[in-house]
Amino acid sequence: MKEGKTERKLIIDGKRMDGRGFEELRPLKIEVGVLKRADGSCYLELGDNKVIAAVYGPREMHPRHAQDAKMVVIKCRYNMAPFSVDDRKRPGPDRRSVEISKVSREALDPVIMKEYYPKMAIEVYVEVLQSDAGTRTAGINAASVALADAGIPMTDLVSSIAVGKIDGEVVLDLTGVEDNHGEADMPMAMIARTNTITALQMDGHLTKEEFKRGLKLAMGACHQIYELQRAALIGRYSKSEEREERKRE
Amino acid sequence: MGLKIIDDIRKDYVCNLIRGGQRAEGRGFREYREISVDGDTIKRAEGSARVKIGDTEVLVGVKLDVGEPFSDTPDKGVIITNAELVPLASPEFESGPPNENSVQLARVVDRGIRGSEAIDLEKLCIEEGAKVWIVFLDIHILDDDGNLVDAAALGAIASLLNIRIPNERYGLTGENTLPMRETPVAVTMVEVEGNILVDPNFNEENAATSRLTVISNADGSLSGMQKSGSGGLKEEEIVEMVETGIEKAGEIREKYLSPL
Repeated sequence: MKEGKTERKLIIDGKRMDGRGFEELRPLKIEVGVLKRADGSCYLELGDNKVIAAVYGPREMHPRHAQDAKMVVIKCRYNMAPFSVDDRKRPGPDRRSVEISKVSREALDPVIMKEYYPKMAIEVYVEVLQSDAGTRTAGINAASVALADAGIPMTDLVSSIAVGKIDGEVVLDLTGVEDNHGEADMPMAMIARTNTITALQMDGHLTKEEFKRGLKLAMGACHQIYELQRAALIGRYSKSEEREERKRE
Repeated sequence: MGLKIIDDIRKDYVCNLIRGGQRAEGRGFREYREISVDGDTIKRAEGSARVKIGDTEVLVGVKLDVGEPFSDTPDKGVIITNAELVPLASPEFESGPPNENSVQLARVVDRGIRGSEAIDLEKLCIEEGAKVWIVFLDIHILDDDGNLVDAAALGAIASLLNIRIPNERYGLTGENTLPMRETPVAVTMVEVEGNILVDPNFNEENAATSRLTVISNADGSLSGMQKSGSGGLKEEEIVEMVETGIEKAGEIREKYLSPL
C-alpha cells in the first residue's frame, strides 16, 4: 500500500503531526482483567488504537486430531470489528487477519510453557475496536497481559511495537496517517528480559542502516512497554490481594 | 499432521548433521541448492516462470484482466497475489480454502513486489477511475521440499519480467510490455542449533524454530521481511541474516534474473 505516497509533509520543525518526537511512543494505557467470562483479559489503548484481548484455557482441544500429545496447542484469532476502520470491514477473517493471527500466535508462543498442558488448547482472541495503525502490536501487548491474567505459566511477557520511515526519517510507532503516507513499516515483538525477538515483519523501503537503527529503536521501546505491562499486572493483583485481606477482616 | 515420531527422528538427523558442520545435500550453511529458472513456460499466461530450488518446484503464472481501480487509487493498476498449496505437492497439503501458510506465502511475495515498487502501477491505468489492468499473480506449488517463499518470489519476479500486456484481447491499443523498475529477491534463512542456514530444505524447516525471509533490491536496500515460526531470534542473529540475505539476493539476481 506504499503507492499512496504523496507530497504531504509528516514532519514539521522536527515534530510529527501529533507533536511527538521521532523516538516517542503514543500514550499507552493497559487495563487487566476487564472481562468476566474469560479466564484472562486485557484492554489496551495505544494512541487511537483500542483493542481487547481474551484468553480461554487451558481447556480441551477441538478437533481432537489436532491435539498435541506433548504440549498445549496455542490458537490465536486477530479480528477487526467492522466499525474499527474508515471503510467498514466486512466481518470474518480476511487474508490480512489470517496472517496477523499467525504472526501474533508465533510472537507469543515462545514464552508459554507449553509442556504443562499436553493435549489441551489455549485460545487467544484479539478484537480490534478502533484502529489507527499498530493494531497487531497493540494486540500482542494486550494478549500477553491477558495470558498472564489467565494464570498461564509463562517465562516472561512479550512486548511489541512498530517502527517506520516517514519523510526519510526512522521513527517509532506510526499513526495511521504516517503509515499511509510513509515509506516503510516494521512491526516487531520481543521478550524484553532476554532481548529475544519473536516477531518481525517489514514492508516498504529501508536501507540496511535504517533497518538496524529501527530495530534498536523498537527494542528500546519494547523495554518501556514491558514496564507498563508489568505495572498494570502488579497494579491489578496487589489491589485484589488488598481486597481479599479486607474481606477476611 | 503425519507421524510425530518420524518428525522427531528427522529433526534429530538434521540437528546431528548440523552439529557436525554438515547439511543433508553436502552443501555449506550459506549455500543454496541448485536453482533453475525457466521463463515463459506457459503459453496461455501473460507471463510465467517455473522455478526449481533443489527438489522444490514452483510454477508462477501471471494473468491480466481489465477491471475497476480501487477508489483511493483511481489512476493505478491492481496486483492480486495468490498462492495455492495444491495437494499434489506434499502429503501435508489438503485441498480446500487457503490456510494460513498459503496466505502468508502469497502476502510475503506480494509485499516484496509492492515494497520495492517493482511495477509502475500508474502504467497499468487505462482510463482513470474506470479501467485499469488487474495483475493476477498466481503461485502454484508443485513440489514442496522447503523454502517455498524464495522459489515463489523468484518465480513471481521472473514471470513479471517476461509479461505481455494482452491489449488486443480487450480491443485496446498501447504498449505490450511492462518494464520492471526493480528486481526484489527473497532469501530465507533458518536458525538451527545456533547456526544460520540459507535456503532450508523441508527437514531443516521442520527442525528450525524460527525462519526469516529477507527481501532486498538491487541497491541492497530492503523491501520486505517476515519472521515466522514459534522461536525467538537475537538482534545479532537478525542483523547477520539481513546482511547474508542481501548478499545472497545479489548473487541470485546476477545469475538467474539478469539473463531474462
